[in-house]
Amino acid sequence: MSNRLLLHYNIDSADLHAAGEVSSTVKKILKQLGVAPEIVRRVAISMYEAEINSIIHAGGGFVDVEITTQKIFVRFTDNGPGIEDISLAMQEGYSTASQQVREMGFGAGMGIPNMKRYSDDLKISSAVGEGTVVEITVFINN
Amino acid sequence: MKQYFHSVTLDKEKCKGCTNCIKRCPTEAIRVRDGKAKIIKERCIDCGECIRVCPYHAKKAITDSFDKIFEYKYKVALVAPSFYAQFKDKPDVNVILTAICKVGFDYVFEVASSAELVTEVTKNFIQKNNLPKPVISSACPAVVRLIQVRFPNLIANLVPLLAPIELGARLAKERAVSKTGLSPEEIGVFFITPCAAKATYIHEPLGIEKSLVDGCISIKDLYLRILPVMKQIKKPKMLATASTDGIFWAKSGGESFGLSNENNIAVDGIWNVIKVLEEVENQTVEDIDFLEAAACVGGCVGGPLTVTNCFVAKSRINHVLENTKLSPSLYTYSSDLDEAVRWEKTIDFEPIMKLDSDMAVAMQKLEQLEKINDNLPKLDCGSCGAPSCRALAEDIVRGFAKESDCIFRLREKVKKLSVEKGDAQ
Repeated sequence: MSNRLLLHYNIDSADLHAAGEVSSTVKKILKQLGVAPEIVRRVAISMYEAEINSIIHAGGGFVDVEITTQKIFVRFTDNGPGIEDISLAMQEGYSTASQQVREMGFGAGMGIPNMKRYSDDLKISSAVGEGTVVEITVFINN
Repeated sequence: MKQYFHSVTLDKEKCKGCTNCIKRCPTEAIRVRDGKAKIIKERCIDCGECIRVCPYHAKKAITDSFDKIFEYKYKVALVAPSFYAQFKDKPDVNVILTAICKVGFDYVFEVASSAELVTEVTKNFIQKNNLPKPVISSACPAVVRLIQVRFPNLIANLVPLLAPIELGARLAKERAVSKTGLSPEEIGVFFITPCAAKATYIHEPLGIEKSLVDGCISIKDLYLRILPVMKQIKKPKMLATASTDGIFWAKSGGESFGLSNENNIAVDGIWNVIKVLEEVENQTVEDIDFLEAAACVGGCVGGPLTVTNCFVAKSRINHVLENTKLSPSLYTYSSDLDEAVRWEKTIDFEPIMKLDSDMAVAMQKLEQLEKINDNLPKLDCGSCGAPSCRALAEDIVRGFAKESDCIFRLREKVKKLSVEKGDAQ
Protein backbone atom coordinates (compact mmCIF):
# COMPACT_ATOMS: atom_id res chain seq x y z
CA MET A 1 0.00 0.00 0.00
CA SER A 2 1.40 3.34 -0.98
CA ASN A 3 0.46 6.60 0.62
CA ARG A 4 1.67 8.62 -2.28
CA LEU A 5 -0.08 9.10 -5.57
CA LEU A 6 2.08 9.91 -8.57
CA LEU A 7 0.66 11.26 -11.80
CA HIS A 8 2.39 12.21 -15.00
CA TYR A 9 1.12 14.29 -17.91
CA ASN A 10 2.56 15.61 -21.12
CA ILE A 11 1.84 19.06 -22.42
CA ASP A 12 2.44 18.12 -26.04
CA SER A 13 1.57 21.09 -28.08
CA ALA A 14 2.05 24.77 -28.32
CA ASP A 15 -1.70 25.01 -28.92
CA LEU A 16 -3.36 27.55 -26.68
CA HIS A 17 -6.71 25.88 -27.23
CA ALA A 18 -5.47 22.88 -25.30
CA ALA A 19 -4.39 25.11 -22.43
CA GLY A 20 -5.84 24.12 -19.11
CA GLU A 21 -6.40 20.46 -19.90
CA VAL A 22 -3.87 19.17 -17.40
CA SER A 23 -4.98 21.47 -14.60
CA SER A 24 -8.58 20.49 -15.35
CA THR A 25 -7.73 16.79 -15.12
CA VAL A 26 -5.90 17.27 -11.84
CA LYS A 27 -8.77 19.37 -10.52
CA LYS A 28 -11.14 16.50 -11.25
CA ILE A 29 -8.84 14.03 -9.51
CA LEU A 30 -8.49 16.20 -6.41
CA LYS A 31 -12.27 16.45 -6.21
CA GLN A 32 -12.47 12.66 -6.41
CA LEU A 33 -10.00 12.46 -3.53
CA GLY A 34 -12.24 14.70 -1.47
CA VAL A 35 -9.65 17.47 -1.12
CA ALA A 36 -11.24 20.67 0.27
CA PRO A 37 -12.57 22.98 -2.47
CA GLU A 38 -10.37 25.90 -1.45
CA ILE A 39 -7.23 23.75 -1.76
CA VAL A 40 -8.40 22.42 -5.12
CA ARG A 41 -8.92 25.97 -6.29
CA ARG A 42 -5.43 27.05 -5.28
CA VAL A 43 -3.83 24.06 -6.99
CA ALA A 44 -5.95 24.56 -10.11
CA ILE A 45 -5.17 28.25 -10.48
CA SER A 46 -1.42 27.91 -9.95
CA MET A 47 -1.25 24.87 -12.21
CA TYR A 48 -3.25 26.62 -14.90
CA GLU A 49 -0.82 29.55 -14.88
CA ALA A 50 2.18 27.25 -15.11
CA GLU A 51 0.54 25.25 -17.88
CA ILE A 52 -0.17 28.37 -19.90
CA ASN A 53 3.42 29.51 -19.41
CA SER A 54 4.89 26.28 -20.66
CA ILE A 55 2.69 26.48 -23.75
CA ILE A 56 3.29 30.16 -24.46
CA HIS A 57 7.01 30.25 -23.76
CA ALA A 58 8.35 26.72 -24.09
CA GLY A 59 6.08 24.96 -26.59
CA GLY A 60 5.01 22.38 -24.02
CA GLY A 61 6.72 20.10 -21.54
CA PHE A 62 5.64 17.62 -18.90
CA VAL A 63 4.06 17.65 -15.48
CA ASP A 64 4.60 15.43 -12.46
CA VAL A 65 2.09 15.52 -9.64
CA GLU A 66 2.68 13.98 -6.25
CA ILE A 67 -0.23 13.78 -3.86
CA THR A 68 -0.09 12.74 -0.22
CA THR A 69 -2.63 13.34 2.54
CA GLN A 70 -0.47 16.29 3.62
CA LYS A 71 0.30 18.11 0.42
CA ILE A 72 0.08 18.42 -3.33
CA PHE A 73 3.37 18.88 -5.12
CA VAL A 74 3.48 19.71 -8.82
CA ARG A 75 6.58 19.95 -11.01
CA PHE A 76 6.46 21.48 -14.51
CA THR A 77 9.48 20.74 -16.67
CA ASP A 78 10.17 22.17 -20.10
CA ASN A 79 13.01 22.45 -22.57
CA GLY A 80 12.14 25.98 -23.55
CA PRO A 81 14.29 29.09 -23.78
CA GLY A 82 14.61 29.47 -20.00
CA ILE A 83 14.08 32.58 -17.89
CA GLU A 84 16.87 35.13 -17.95
CA ASP A 85 16.00 36.99 -14.77
CA ILE A 86 13.71 35.07 -12.43
CA SER A 87 13.21 37.93 -9.96
CA LEU A 88 12.06 40.14 -12.82
CA ALA A 89 9.66 37.43 -14.00
CA MET A 90 8.19 37.30 -10.49
CA GLN A 91 7.08 40.93 -10.77
CA GLU A 92 3.46 41.63 -11.54
CA GLY A 93 2.93 42.90 -15.04
CA TYR A 94 6.28 41.76 -16.38
CA SER A 95 5.98 39.54 -19.44
CA THR A 96 8.04 38.52 -22.42
CA ALA A 97 5.01 37.12 -24.26
CA SER A 98 4.70 37.92 -27.95
CA GLN A 99 2.22 40.43 -29.29
CA GLN A 100 0.22 37.59 -30.86
CA VAL A 101 -0.12 35.83 -27.51
CA ARG A 102 -1.14 39.08 -25.81
CA GLU A 103 -3.82 39.65 -28.40
CA MET A 104 -5.30 36.34 -27.36
CA GLY A 105 -5.69 37.60 -23.82
CA PHE A 106 -2.63 36.02 -22.28
CA GLY A 107 0.74 37.42 -21.29
CA ALA A 108 -0.51 39.94 -18.75
CA GLY A 109 2.47 39.27 -16.55
CA MET A 110 0.36 37.76 -13.76
CA GLY A 111 1.34 34.12 -14.28
CA ILE A 112 4.20 33.68 -11.85
CA PRO A 113 2.81 36.21 -9.32
CA ASN A 114 -0.44 34.22 -9.27
CA MET A 115 1.44 30.94 -8.82
CA LYS A 116 3.17 32.49 -5.84
CA ARG A 117 -0.03 33.91 -4.45
CA TYR A 118 -2.02 30.67 -4.64
CA SER A 119 0.68 28.19 -3.62
CA ASP A 120 2.37 27.65 -0.25
CA ASP A 121 5.74 27.22 -1.85
CA LEU A 122 7.03 28.08 -5.30
CA LYS A 123 10.46 27.19 -6.64
CA ILE A 124 11.65 28.13 -10.10
CA SER A 125 14.94 27.03 -11.51
CA SER A 126 15.93 27.88 -15.01
CA ALA A 127 18.88 27.92 -17.36
CA VAL A 128 18.80 30.05 -20.48
CA GLY A 129 18.70 27.89 -23.57
CA GLU A 130 18.03 24.72 -21.57
CA GLY A 131 14.66 25.03 -19.93
CA THR A 132 12.72 25.74 -16.79
CA VAL A 133 11.49 23.72 -13.82
CA VAL A 134 8.62 25.13 -11.80
CA GLU A 135 7.73 23.46 -8.49
CA ILE A 136 4.48 24.26 -6.77
CA THR A 137 3.49 23.03 -3.32
CA VAL A 138 0.09 23.43 -1.72
CA PHE A 139 -0.41 22.01 1.77
CA ILE A 140 -3.59 20.28 2.86
CA ASN A 141 -4.49 21.28 6.40
CA ASN A 142 -6.57 18.49 7.78
CA MET B 1 -31.88 10.27 5.13
CA LYS B 2 -34.83 11.23 3.02
CA GLN B 3 -34.65 10.44 -0.69
CA TYR B 4 -33.91 13.38 -2.93
CA PHE B 5 -36.86 14.04 -5.21
CA HIS B 6 -36.13 14.31 -8.90
CA SER B 7 -38.48 15.42 -11.58
CA VAL B 8 -36.36 13.74 -14.25
CA THR B 9 -37.26 10.05 -14.36
CA LEU B 10 -37.04 7.06 -16.63
CA ASP B 11 -39.85 5.26 -18.39
CA LYS B 12 -38.38 1.76 -18.25
CA GLU B 13 -40.74 0.38 -20.88
CA LYS B 14 -39.55 2.87 -23.48
CA CYS B 15 -35.82 2.73 -22.67
CA LYS B 16 -33.83 0.75 -25.23
CA GLY B 17 -30.59 0.94 -23.28
CA CYS B 18 -28.78 3.01 -25.91
CA THR B 19 -25.95 5.40 -25.11
CA ASN B 20 -27.46 8.75 -26.05
CA CYS B 21 -28.30 10.00 -22.58
CA ILE B 22 -25.22 8.71 -20.75
CA LYS B 23 -22.95 10.63 -23.08
CA ARG B 24 -24.84 13.87 -22.79
CA CYS B 25 -25.29 14.04 -19.03
CA PRO B 26 -23.18 16.92 -17.65
CA THR B 27 -22.69 15.29 -14.24
CA GLU B 28 -22.14 11.71 -15.47
CA ALA B 29 -25.28 10.74 -13.59
CA ILE B 30 -26.59 8.05 -15.93
CA ARG B 31 -25.46 4.47 -16.52
CA VAL B 32 -27.01 1.71 -18.56
CA ARG B 33 -27.36 -1.40 -16.40
CA ASP B 34 -29.08 -4.60 -17.51
CA GLY B 35 -30.16 -2.93 -20.70
CA LYS B 36 -31.87 0.05 -19.08
CA ALA B 37 -30.75 3.53 -18.15
CA LYS B 38 -30.35 4.21 -14.46
CA ILE B 39 -30.11 7.70 -12.98
CA ILE B 40 -27.71 8.14 -10.07
CA LYS B 41 -29.90 10.31 -7.88
CA GLU B 42 -27.20 12.14 -5.94
CA ARG B 43 -25.60 13.34 -9.15
CA CYS B 44 -28.63 14.40 -11.18
CA ILE B 45 -29.18 18.16 -11.36
CA ASP B 46 -32.45 17.92 -13.34
CA CYS B 47 -31.11 19.96 -16.22
CA GLY B 48 -33.21 18.00 -18.69
CA GLU B 49 -30.47 17.26 -21.23
CA CYS B 50 -31.41 13.56 -21.25
CA ILE B 51 -35.06 14.40 -21.89
CA ARG B 52 -34.01 16.36 -24.94
CA VAL B 53 -31.65 13.76 -26.41
CA CYS B 54 -33.57 10.54 -25.79
CA PRO B 55 -34.82 9.39 -29.21
CA TYR B 56 -37.35 7.05 -27.58
CA HIS B 57 -38.82 9.60 -25.16
CA ALA B 58 -37.96 7.35 -22.27
CA LYS B 59 -36.78 10.25 -20.15
CA LYS B 60 -39.48 12.46 -18.79
CA ALA B 61 -40.08 15.18 -16.27
CA ILE B 62 -42.58 14.41 -13.57
CA THR B 63 -44.99 17.27 -13.06
CA ASP B 64 -48.36 17.23 -11.34
CA SER B 65 -51.49 16.13 -13.10
CA PHE B 66 -53.84 19.00 -13.80
CA ASP B 67 -56.47 17.43 -11.52
CA LYS B 68 -54.31 18.19 -8.51
CA ILE B 69 -55.42 21.82 -8.63
CA PHE B 70 -58.94 20.74 -7.71
CA GLU B 71 -57.72 19.45 -4.35
CA TYR B 72 -57.62 23.08 -3.26
CA LYS B 73 -60.49 25.47 -2.58
CA TYR B 74 -58.71 28.38 -4.22
CA LYS B 75 -56.36 27.77 -7.11
CA VAL B 76 -53.56 30.12 -8.11
CA ALA B 77 -51.55 29.82 -11.32
CA LEU B 78 -48.02 31.23 -11.21
CA VAL B 79 -47.43 31.84 -14.88
CA ALA B 80 -43.82 31.86 -16.08
CA PRO B 81 -43.18 34.50 -18.76
CA SER B 82 -41.86 31.77 -21.07
CA PHE B 83 -45.51 30.64 -21.35
CA TYR B 84 -46.40 33.77 -23.35
CA ALA B 85 -43.85 32.85 -26.00
CA GLN B 86 -45.63 29.60 -26.86
CA PHE B 87 -48.35 31.29 -28.90
CA LYS B 88 -48.11 32.63 -32.41
CA ASP B 89 -49.61 35.88 -33.69
CA LYS B 90 -48.78 37.83 -30.53
CA PRO B 91 -52.00 37.27 -28.58
CA ASP B 92 -53.09 39.74 -25.91
CA VAL B 93 -51.57 38.54 -22.62
CA ASN B 94 -54.90 39.39 -21.00
CA VAL B 95 -56.51 36.72 -23.20
CA ILE B 96 -53.92 34.14 -22.17
CA LEU B 97 -54.42 34.91 -18.48
CA THR B 98 -58.22 34.98 -18.76
CA ALA B 99 -58.14 31.60 -20.49
CA ILE B 100 -56.07 30.18 -17.63
CA CYS B 101 -58.80 31.31 -15.23
CA LYS B 102 -61.47 29.75 -17.45
CA VAL B 103 -59.92 26.27 -17.31
CA GLY B 104 -59.99 26.12 -13.54
CA PHE B 105 -57.78 28.66 -11.81
CA ASP B 106 -59.22 31.37 -9.57
CA TYR B 107 -56.28 33.71 -9.73
CA VAL B 108 -53.27 34.24 -11.94
CA PHE B 109 -49.97 35.70 -10.84
CA GLU B 110 -47.41 36.67 -13.45
CA VAL B 111 -43.95 35.50 -12.42
CA ALA B 112 -42.67 38.35 -14.59
CA SER B 113 -44.03 40.67 -11.87
CA SER B 114 -41.99 39.09 -9.11
CA ALA B 115 -39.02 38.97 -11.51
CA GLU B 116 -39.19 42.77 -11.76
CA LEU B 117 -39.02 42.98 -7.98
CA VAL B 118 -36.14 40.51 -7.78
CA THR B 119 -34.26 42.68 -10.29
CA GLU B 120 -34.63 45.70 -8.00
CA VAL B 121 -33.51 43.77 -4.93
CA THR B 122 -30.59 42.23 -6.82
CA LYS B 123 -29.38 45.68 -7.88
CA ASN B 124 -29.42 46.87 -4.27
CA PHE B 125 -27.87 43.69 -2.98
CA ILE B 126 -24.94 43.77 -5.38
CA GLN B 127 -24.35 47.41 -4.60
CA LYS B 128 -24.37 46.96 -0.81
CA ASN B 129 -22.54 43.66 -0.57
CA ASN B 130 -19.10 42.79 -1.69
CA LEU B 131 -19.72 39.50 -3.44
CA PRO B 132 -16.86 37.81 -5.28
CA LYS B 133 -16.91 38.64 -8.99
CA PRO B 134 -18.55 37.64 -11.17
CA VAL B 135 -21.77 37.56 -9.21
CA ILE B 136 -23.70 34.57 -10.50
CA SER B 137 -27.47 34.51 -10.95
CA SER B 138 -29.31 31.94 -8.85
CA ALA B 139 -32.50 31.97 -10.94
CA CYS B 140 -31.89 28.66 -12.73
CA PRO B 141 -32.11 25.84 -10.17
CA ALA B 142 -30.20 23.45 -12.43
CA VAL B 143 -27.26 25.86 -12.51
CA VAL B 144 -27.37 26.33 -8.73
CA ARG B 145 -27.35 22.53 -8.31
CA LEU B 146 -24.50 22.26 -10.80
CA ILE B 147 -22.48 24.73 -8.75
CA GLN B 148 -23.42 22.90 -5.57
CA VAL B 149 -22.05 19.57 -6.83
CA ARG B 150 -19.31 20.60 -9.25
CA PHE B 151 -18.10 24.12 -8.50
CA PRO B 152 -18.06 24.48 -4.71
CA ASN B 153 -15.70 27.43 -4.91
CA LEU B 154 -18.35 29.43 -6.71
CA ILE B 155 -21.15 28.97 -4.17
CA ALA B 156 -20.08 32.30 -2.64
CA ASN B 157 -20.61 34.03 -6.00
CA LEU B 158 -24.31 33.12 -6.15
CA VAL B 159 -26.89 35.85 -5.55
CA PRO B 160 -28.41 34.64 -2.26
CA LEU B 161 -31.92 35.81 -3.10
CA LEU B 162 -35.22 34.06 -3.78
CA ALA B 163 -35.90 33.27 -7.41
CA PRO B 164 -38.95 34.99 -8.98
CA ILE B 165 -40.97 31.76 -8.71
CA GLU B 166 -40.65 31.71 -4.91
CA LEU B 167 -41.25 35.40 -4.35
CA GLY B 168 -44.25 35.07 -6.66
CA ALA B 169 -45.62 32.17 -4.60
CA ARG B 170 -45.28 34.18 -1.40
CA LEU B 171 -46.95 37.29 -2.78
CA ALA B 172 -49.72 35.32 -4.48
CA LYS B 173 -50.50 33.25 -1.40
CA GLU B 174 -50.55 36.31 0.84
CA ARG B 175 -52.87 38.08 -1.55
CA ALA B 176 -55.16 35.04 -1.89
CA VAL B 177 -55.43 34.69 1.89
CA SER B 178 -56.43 38.31 2.37
CA LYS B 179 -58.81 38.21 -0.58
CA THR B 180 -60.66 35.01 0.37
CA GLY B 181 -60.20 34.65 4.12
CA LEU B 182 -59.19 31.03 3.52
CA SER B 183 -56.27 29.45 5.35
CA PRO B 184 -52.99 29.11 3.40
CA GLU B 185 -53.47 25.31 3.27
CA GLU B 186 -56.72 25.73 1.36
CA ILE B 187 -54.97 27.75 -1.32
CA GLY B 188 -53.07 25.85 -3.98
CA VAL B 189 -50.27 27.70 -5.79
CA PHE B 190 -49.23 26.03 -9.06
CA PHE B 191 -46.26 26.98 -11.14
CA ILE B 192 -46.68 26.64 -14.89
CA THR B 193 -43.25 25.24 -15.57
CA PRO B 194 -41.05 25.17 -18.67
CA CYS B 195 -38.61 22.70 -17.10
CA ALA B 196 -37.88 19.76 -14.85
CA ALA B 197 -35.46 21.70 -12.67
CA LYS B 198 -38.23 23.97 -11.35
CA ALA B 199 -40.46 20.95 -10.76
CA THR B 200 -37.66 19.50 -8.64
CA TYR B 201 -37.03 22.82 -6.95
CA ILE B 202 -40.47 22.97 -5.33
CA HIS B 203 -39.70 19.70 -3.54
CA GLU B 204 -36.01 20.37 -2.96
CA PRO B 205 -35.82 24.15 -2.65
CA LEU B 206 -32.47 25.93 -2.66
CA GLY B 207 -31.61 28.49 0.00
CA ILE B 208 -34.88 28.00 1.91
CA GLU B 209 -36.46 25.22 3.98
CA LYS B 210 -39.76 24.89 2.21
CA SER B 211 -41.18 26.21 -1.02
CA LEU B 212 -44.66 27.75 -0.98
CA VAL B 213 -45.35 26.37 -4.45
CA ASP B 214 -47.78 23.46 -4.05
CA GLY B 215 -47.41 21.92 -7.48
CA CYS B 216 -46.15 22.25 -11.03
CA ILE B 217 -48.15 21.99 -14.23
CA SER B 218 -46.10 21.72 -17.39
CA ILE B 219 -46.34 24.43 -20.02
CA LYS B 220 -47.31 21.91 -22.70
CA ASP B 221 -50.15 20.56 -20.57
CA LEU B 222 -51.70 23.99 -19.91
CA TYR B 223 -51.00 25.15 -23.47
CA LEU B 224 -53.20 22.41 -24.94
CA ARG B 225 -55.96 23.13 -22.44
CA ILE B 226 -56.20 26.86 -23.02
CA LEU B 227 -55.61 27.03 -26.78
CA PRO B 228 -59.27 26.30 -27.74
CA VAL B 229 -60.53 28.47 -24.87
CA MET B 230 -58.51 31.50 -25.97
CA LYS B 231 -60.38 31.63 -29.26
CA GLN B 232 -63.68 32.09 -27.48
CA ILE B 233 -62.62 35.01 -25.34
CA LYS B 234 -63.92 38.25 -26.77
CA LYS B 235 -63.68 40.44 -23.70
CA PRO B 236 -60.71 39.43 -21.59
CA LYS B 237 -60.31 40.42 -17.96
CA MET B 238 -57.62 43.05 -17.54
CA LEU B 239 -55.10 40.90 -15.71
CA ALA B 240 -51.76 41.65 -17.38
CA THR B 241 -49.49 43.97 -15.41
CA ALA B 242 -45.93 42.81 -15.98
CA SER B 243 -43.63 44.88 -18.18
CA THR B 244 -40.89 43.77 -20.52
CA ASP B 245 -38.30 44.02 -17.71
CA GLY B 246 -39.94 41.02 -16.08
CA ILE B 247 -41.03 39.23 -19.24
CA PHE B 248 -37.50 39.29 -20.66
CA TRP B 249 -36.39 36.98 -17.85
CA ALA B 250 -37.81 34.20 -20.03
CA LYS B 251 -34.92 34.47 -22.44
CA SER B 252 -31.20 34.32 -21.99
CA GLY B 253 -29.91 37.82 -21.35
CA GLY B 254 -33.20 39.04 -19.93
CA GLU B 255 -32.16 39.08 -16.32
CA SER B 256 -28.98 41.05 -17.07
CA PHE B 257 -31.02 43.39 -19.27
CA GLY B 258 -32.90 44.59 -16.19
CA LEU B 259 -29.76 44.96 -14.09
CA SER B 260 -28.25 47.43 -16.55
CA ASN B 261 -24.68 46.78 -15.41
CA GLU B 262 -22.02 47.17 -18.00
CA ASN B 263 -20.05 44.00 -17.78
CA ASN B 264 -22.69 41.32 -17.86
CA ILE B 265 -22.63 38.10 -19.76
CA ALA B 266 -25.48 35.69 -20.35
CA VAL B 267 -24.59 32.05 -20.95
CA ASP B 268 -27.15 29.46 -21.95
CA GLY B 269 -26.99 25.72 -22.50
CA ILE B 270 -25.60 23.57 -19.68
CA TRP B 271 -22.37 22.69 -21.51
CA ASN B 272 -21.63 26.34 -22.21
CA VAL B 273 -22.35 27.12 -18.58
CA ILE B 274 -19.88 24.45 -17.47
CA LYS B 275 -17.21 25.84 -19.77
CA VAL B 276 -17.60 29.34 -18.41
CA LEU B 277 -17.75 28.20 -14.78
CA GLU B 278 -14.52 26.25 -15.30
CA GLU B 279 -12.91 29.47 -16.49
CA VAL B 280 -14.34 31.46 -13.62
CA GLU B 281 -12.96 28.86 -11.23
CA ASN B 282 -9.54 29.17 -12.87
CA GLN B 283 -9.84 32.95 -12.56
CA THR B 284 -9.38 33.53 -16.24
CA VAL B 285 -12.49 35.69 -16.57
CA GLU B 286 -11.86 38.67 -14.36
CA ASP B 287 -13.57 41.52 -16.11
CA ILE B 288 -17.16 40.26 -15.73
CA ASP B 289 -19.43 41.69 -13.01
CA PHE B 290 -22.53 39.59 -13.46
CA LEU B 291 -22.96 36.16 -14.94
CA GLU B 292 -26.41 35.07 -15.95
CA ALA B 293 -26.49 31.34 -16.56
CA ALA B 294 -29.34 29.16 -17.79
CA ALA B 295 -29.20 25.40 -18.26
CA CYS B 296 -31.40 25.52 -21.35
CA VAL B 297 -30.38 26.94 -24.72
CA GLY B 298 -32.18 30.24 -25.17
CA GLY B 299 -32.96 30.52 -21.46
CA CYS B 300 -36.27 29.39 -19.90
CA VAL B 301 -37.98 29.48 -23.31
CA GLY B 302 -35.75 26.52 -24.16
CA GLY B 303 -37.07 24.39 -21.32
CA PRO B 304 -37.83 20.73 -22.15
CA LEU B 305 -41.51 21.13 -21.19
CA THR B 306 -42.24 23.93 -23.63
CA VAL B 307 -44.05 23.59 -26.94
CA THR B 308 -42.36 26.08 -29.25
CA ASN B 309 -38.84 25.89 -30.64
CA CYS B 310 -36.59 27.91 -28.35
CA PHE B 311 -35.24 30.19 -31.07
CA VAL B 312 -38.70 31.10 -32.26
CA ALA B 313 -39.84 31.57 -28.67
CA LYS B 314 -36.85 33.77 -27.89
CA SER B 315 -37.78 36.08 -30.70
CA ARG B 316 -41.46 36.10 -29.68
CA ILE B 317 -40.51 37.28 -26.19
CA ASN B 318 -39.55 40.62 -27.74
CA HIS B 319 -43.08 41.11 -29.06
CA VAL B 320 -45.20 39.71 -26.24
CA LEU B 321 -46.74 43.01 -25.23
CA GLU B 322 -47.46 44.37 -28.71
CA ASN B 323 -51.19 43.72 -28.48
CA THR B 324 -51.54 43.95 -24.71
CA LYS B 325 -52.92 46.74 -22.61
CA LEU B 326 -51.25 46.65 -19.21
CA SER B 327 -52.95 47.48 -15.93
CA PRO B 328 -51.08 48.94 -12.96
CA SER B 329 -49.33 46.27 -10.89
CA LEU B 330 -50.50 45.44 -7.38
CA TYR B 331 -46.98 44.54 -6.45
CA THR B 332 -44.42 47.28 -6.24
CA TYR B 333 -40.93 47.41 -4.85
CA SER B 334 -40.44 48.58 -1.27
CA SER B 335 -37.22 48.47 0.72
CA ASP B 336 -38.50 45.83 3.16
CA LEU B 337 -38.33 43.37 0.25
CA ASP B 338 -34.54 43.59 0.43
CA GLU B 339 -34.54 41.54 3.63
CA ALA B 340 -37.62 39.47 2.83
CA VAL B 341 -36.17 37.80 -0.25
CA ARG B 342 -32.83 36.82 1.27
CA TRP B 343 -32.02 33.13 1.38
CA GLU B 344 -32.68 31.60 4.78
CA LYS B 345 -29.87 29.11 4.62
CA THR B 346 -26.61 28.57 2.82
CA ILE B 347 -26.05 26.12 0.03
CA ASP B 348 -23.70 23.36 1.11
CA PHE B 349 -21.21 21.68 -1.18
CA GLU B 350 -22.16 18.11 -2.06
CA PRO B 351 -19.00 16.24 -3.04
CA ILE B 352 -20.67 13.71 -5.33
CA MET B 353 -17.46 12.72 -7.09
CA LYS B 354 -15.56 11.76 -3.94
CA LEU B 355 -14.28 8.17 -4.02
CA ASP B 356 -14.04 7.75 -0.26
CA SER B 357 -14.45 9.85 2.86
CA ASP B 358 -10.95 8.83 3.96
CA MET B 359 -8.44 10.54 1.71
CA ALA B 360 -5.84 7.77 2.06
CA VAL B 361 -8.41 5.20 0.91
CA ALA B 362 -9.55 7.52 -1.87
CA MET B 363 -5.94 7.75 -3.04
CA GLN B 364 -5.64 3.97 -3.26
CA LYS B 365 -8.87 3.81 -5.19
CA LEU B 366 -7.68 6.50 -7.52
CA GLU B 367 -4.41 4.71 -8.18
CA GLN B 368 -6.40 1.59 -9.03
CA LEU B 369 -8.74 3.67 -11.19
CA GLU B 370 -5.86 5.09 -13.21
CA LYS B 371 -4.39 1.62 -13.69
CA ILE B 372 -7.69 0.21 -14.94
CA ASN B 373 -8.20 3.24 -17.14
CA ASP B 374 -4.79 2.73 -18.75
CA ASN B 375 -5.93 -0.72 -19.89
CA LEU B 376 -9.20 0.46 -21.40
CA PRO B 377 -9.36 1.27 -25.13
CA LYS B 378 -10.07 5.04 -24.64
CA LEU B 379 -12.77 4.95 -27.27
CA ASP B 380 -15.43 6.22 -24.87
CA CYS B 381 -17.92 4.17 -26.87
CA GLY B 382 -20.40 3.81 -24.03
CA SER B 383 -21.12 0.15 -24.77
CA CYS B 384 -20.30 -0.79 -21.16
CA GLY B 385 -23.05 1.54 -19.98
CA ALA B 386 -20.70 4.21 -18.62
CA PRO B 387 -20.22 7.54 -20.44
CA SER B 388 -16.44 7.15 -20.85
CA CYS B 389 -13.64 4.67 -20.25
CA ARG B 390 -12.60 6.66 -17.22
CA ALA B 391 -16.13 6.59 -15.84
CA LEU B 392 -16.13 2.78 -16.24
CA ALA B 393 -12.82 2.62 -14.37
CA GLU B 394 -14.42 4.70 -11.64
CA ASP B 395 -17.46 2.41 -11.51
CA ILE B 396 -15.19 -0.65 -11.24
CA VAL B 397 -13.31 0.90 -8.32
CA ARG B 398 -16.60 1.80 -6.67
CA GLY B 399 -17.69 -1.84 -7.09
CA PHE B 400 -20.55 -1.19 -9.51
CA ALA B 401 -18.98 -2.66 -12.65
CA LYS B 402 -16.29 -5.09 -13.79
CA GLU B 403 -13.59 -4.93 -16.44
CA SER B 404 -15.35 -7.44 -18.68
CA ASP B 405 -18.20 -4.94 -19.04
CA CYS B 406 -15.89 -3.40 -21.63
CA ILE B 407 -16.63 -5.30 -24.83
CA PHE B 408 -13.09 -4.81 -26.09
CA ARG B 409 -11.61 -6.24 -22.90
CA LEU B 410 -14.13 -9.06 -23.05
CA ARG B 411 -13.18 -9.83 -26.65
CA GLU B 412 -9.51 -9.98 -25.69
CA LYS B 413 -10.35 -12.29 -22.85
CA VAL B 414 -12.38 -14.61 -25.07
CA LYS B 415 -9.61 -14.66 -27.67
CA LYS B 416 -7.06 -15.52 -25.01
CA LEU B 417 -9.26 -18.30 -23.66
CA SER B 418 -9.79 -19.81 -27.10
CA VAL B 419 -6.06 -19.69 -27.82
CA GLU B 420 -5.37 -21.39 -24.51
CA LYS B 421 -8.00 -23.98 -25.27
CA GLY B 422 -6.45 -24.49 -28.71
CA ASP B 423 -3.04 -24.96 -27.13
CA ALA B 424 -4.42 -27.54 -24.74
CA GLN B 425 -5.86 -29.60 -27.54
